[in-house]
Amino acid sequence: MEILLQQIINGLVQGSVYALVALGYTMVYGILGLINFAHGEVVMIGAMLALSSLTTLLGMGIPPVLALLLSIVLAMLGCMALGYSIERIAYRPLRHAPRLAPLITAIGVSIVLQNLAMMIWGREYHSFPQLIASHPHTFGGAIINDIQAIIFILALAIMAGLMVVVHRTRLGRAMRAVAENQHAAQLMGVDINRVISITFMLGSALAAIAGLMVSANYGLAHYYMGFLLGLKAFTAAVLGGIGNLRGAMLGGLLLGLIESLGAGYIGDFTGGFLGSNYQDVFAFFVLIAVLVFRPSGLLGERLAERA
Amino acid sequence: MFIKGLTMTTDSSFARTLFLATIPLALFSLALSGCEKSPTTGQIAAGELAVRIGASAPLTGPQAHLGKDNENGTRMAIEDANTKGIVIGGRKVHFELISEDDQADPKTATIVAQKLVDNKVSGVIGHMNSGTSIPASKIYNDSSIVQISPSATAVNYTAQGFKTTFRVMANDAQQGRVLGEYAAKNLAAKNIAVIDDRTAYGQGLADEFIKAAKANGAQIVAHEYTNDKAMDFTAVLTVVKGKKPDLLFYGGMVPQAAPMAKQLKALALNLKFMTGDGGFTPEFITLAGDAAEGVYATLPGVTLDKMPGGKEFEKRFVAKYGAIQLYAPYCYDAVNIMIAAMQKAGSVEPTKYLPVLAGISYEGVTAKIQFDEKGDLKGGAITMYQVKGGKWQPLETLGAIAPAAH
Amino acid sequence: MRSDKKSRILFAVLAIALLLLPFITDTLFGRGWVRIVDFAMLYIMLALGLNIVVGYAGLLDLGYIAFFAVGAYCYALTGSPHLALAFPLVFPDGVHLSFWIVLPLAALLAGGFGVLLGAPTLRLRGDYLAIVTLGFGEIIRIFLNNLNAPVNLTNGPQGISRIDAVNVAGAPLSVTQNILGISFPPVHLYFYLFLTFTALVIFVSHRLEKSRIGRAWMAIREDEIAASAMGINTRDLKLLAFAMGAMFGGASGALFAGFQGFVSPESFSLMESIMVLCMVVLGGMGNIIGVILGGVLLAVLPEVLRHSVVPMQQAMFGKIVVDPESLRMLLFGTALIVMMLYRPAGLLPSRVRRRELGSDEVAEKA
Repeated sequence: MEILLQQIINGLVQGSVYALVALGYTMVYGILGLINFAHGEVVMIGAMLALSSLTTLLGMGIPPVLALLLSIVLAMLGCMALGYSIERIAYRPLRHAPRLAPLITAIGVSIVLQNLAMMIWGREYHSFPQLIASHPHTFGGAIINDIQAIIFILALAIMAGLMVVVHRTRLGRAMRAVAENQHAAQLMGVDINRVISITFMLGSALAAIAGLMVSANYGLAHYYMGFLLGLKAFTAAVLGGIGNLRGAMLGGLLLGLIESLGAGYIGDFTGGFLGSNYQDVFAFFVLIAVLVFRPSGLLGERLAERA
Repeated sequence: MFIKGLTMTTDSSFARTLFLATIPLALFSLALSGCEKSPTTGQIAAGELAVRIGASAPLTGPQAHLGKDNENGTRMAIEDANTKGIVIGGRKVHFELISEDDQADPKTATIVAQKLVDNKVSGVIGHMNSGTSIPASKIYNDSSIVQISPSATAVNYTAQGFKTTFRVMANDAQQGRVLGEYAAKNLAAKNIAVIDDRTAYGQGLADEFIKAAKANGAQIVAHEYTNDKAMDFTAVLTVVKGKKPDLLFYGGMVPQAAPMAKQLKALALNLKFMTGDGGFTPEFITLAGDAAEGVYATLPGVTLDKMPGGKEFEKRFVAKYGAIQLYAPYCYDAVNIMIAAMQKAGSVEPTKYLPVLAGISYEGVTAKIQFDEKGDLKGGAITMYQVKGGKWQPLETLGAIAPAAH
Repeated sequence: MRSDKKSRILFAVLAIALLLLPFITDTLFGRGWVRIVDFAMLYIMLALGLNIVVGYAGLLDLGYIAFFAVGAYCYALTGSPHLALAFPLVFPDGVHLSFWIVLPLAALLAGGFGVLLGAPTLRLRGDYLAIVTLGFGEIIRIFLNNLNAPVNLTNGPQGISRIDAVNVAGAPLSVTQNILGISFPPVHLYFYLFLTFTALVIFVSHRLEKSRIGRAWMAIREDEIAASAMGINTRDLKLLAFAMGAMFGGASGALFAGFQGFVSPESFSLMESIMVLCMVVLGGMGNIIGVILGGVLLAVLPEVLRHSVVPMQQAMFGKIVVDPESLRMLLFGTALIVMMLYRPAGLLPSRVRRRELGSDEVAEKA
């Protein structure tokens, strides 16, 4: 029983990480209908930036908590600039090109970012300093520590915050208008380029936070950490219904649970035929199954085929 | 119905473009000829015999730091030999290193192997990984060139029936056996959990560990898996926790072993954690922090200070290239044993010195080296280490051939 | 008539140049380069196969290497002692079928996988299809990597070694053969084998492009709804594109296994799929010669970089600042972006493709 509870906690924590990253995917997709393949790399750059600024600030003798806050801000700013440039350079000129084109540039951006990061920060794994003592808490035999709890709460809070932005503010209204119909929005006086840029910057800022949380949780940062995470998070976004903020959260948590419970119990269910060696397969199977049977995802509305 | 569409017409414009397309290719290959480096002959005094020794490891890519370490170990041995002034078959010999980058990629490895054969090397030190050593071994064997791998551990490498393949590193079976025995006997573990990373190295080692642990009366209560890019192990560790083992063995490398040690602590799993040589680097301790304390790992060979010349090698290597990563001493031994065989045979021809090499007994810096009929190490000394006070400390050496009395 | 004659001469010159290529390369650069050329041809075959899917039918496939893997394992299993070791009761001596029997089987099996993947997913939109195919590629790799237990089918991460060499007319290509007094080492022999297959693949691709099927594919690529309104069975034709592409991939996989003598799952990573896609995109989607050019560029570039960047940096900085592998990837990534922005139809675009991809700006202004 405590093992099951622990697996559920593992799944929820991992799922919150997926959800944080999935929010970024879903925002961009909701507005542009574009899979920002490079989003996972932005997460990685966020983690790396945070790590670098953290080590520098700590080296300058700044107190840990202040240094942590400052480095979060720096990482967010860095990622926002990155997100803006990615959109400006690689996606905007192709906004009216066939669908294949921006997808291919997105793959290109992803490769470039990964290799740039490798040149700047090296290939080795960097250990991420543990600044806040992370106390373990026990619930019925299962353990959750502070950082994990923060990740879970943060993911929920950010989702709620984004909901407010999208549904209650002027900017949000403009975003929804652009998502609905770019030409009509433009005619109504919405500056679409500005709205799209802001969306990318928002998504990238979230990516920076996600990167920092992942690194803090595992105590590691590495140039390759973003790719698979991005892929899983995209799966989560699709599972929940891409373009839907609540869907991203739900999809993330569900995927996390599927992975941890799958890895934990599939061996028992299949008599040892399948095991945790197929952990990564679950995500892809879920993805294929959702796309084939319910392409709109769990919470998404049915979208007509866009050419 | 589909065949009807395939009408036969000669399309002249197609042919012309096809031809035109070859022009840039031709220019391109011409440009290449400028880039191709011819192996430098170095300063060879008159009458000296130039002998080329090939070496291959991933010098770029994620394992570049290990590959460089290998290259440095090989280079140092070759420089040492040249300073000493080796005489083979009555002629003074000048050794020359031809080092190639195989990127840890099986395809590139065969290209590199072909290049080394082209360069008429007398022997090859490499490759670093099993996945590259195996496809390359076929090419060396076809050209009758001796290959000594310093670090390929897959059993398969020497089991292909090639006379030309050797290694100076204990294979997975030898190392897994020592690890399994040690876990079950010395550490008295009754219930053991195993995780491997599904790479050729991790899986091979874990399977041999399981065999040995079972043979020594331990029970394998869980066998879980991860991959060599994973960061999160909480799900599999929770499964392990549910089976209440007293020891966890991980078959894999440091980037996963270190966070795994941390997550073990976070999930309050109090058990002994053990890994093979893939976990034995200084990096493990930096990445795992406090969680590294008490972790066991093995390294094939005897500790350097127990072997004659070992300490001195370490001192000189560190002064020249910095800290030893992992396999540099094995490369050093591989070169020296090759040269020793050449001296004994009085020839640098692979076909001449190969039989001598197969029967040689050589005192290296890592161990006393003898080969069995497959080209594997006889005996295969393996040393068990444990992290104590933030440092790897040797516990004991198992399965060694006793060093000759001096 | 004159141009016909001219083109025949050009063809003849080209053919002779290609036939002499291994000997020229061998004497000029060494045998290692002949092997590189061999691999380049394998990649060209793969790229041409993917070109059918991406270039002709406009379906982005990011898991194409899976079909290559299926073909490679098909020959590896039947041509190595692995099955005899794993299932001594069923296959006491292994299978050891002739390569010429396994090759079509490998192609068919890969084609079957293509249909299996295509049937449920082809109605998805382009970008969803890309992600699903990516997932499929990873699933195949993970299964190959793990199917050593409970029954040892693929030997897992250890891979399968000692795969039989390809036999042509009873003569194995793995040993030097003397024909008419000229000695042909194995790499040369494989060169001619691959050359034959590449020529065949080019021929089939070329015929497909000009055929009704090819035109139908391009119609689907340009406007699926219009194509189906014109009476084209889009589902069947898309499936056919997938199956054809997969068959090319499977056949090259079998050739790869015979050539290399060793296969392991690490040769079939996602990066390989992306690399083959780069070849197609770089050269010009839908254009055979462009794709060949892209294949050669991308297969040879890493070698060129290795031999130019490393010594250059050593001369300039005394050490290696940027290693050629990352530089190569950086160049590929940048090339993908730049190509899409400025030459979306590739280095050598097909005429139709140029019209299609260049038209958006006009449409936008209108």
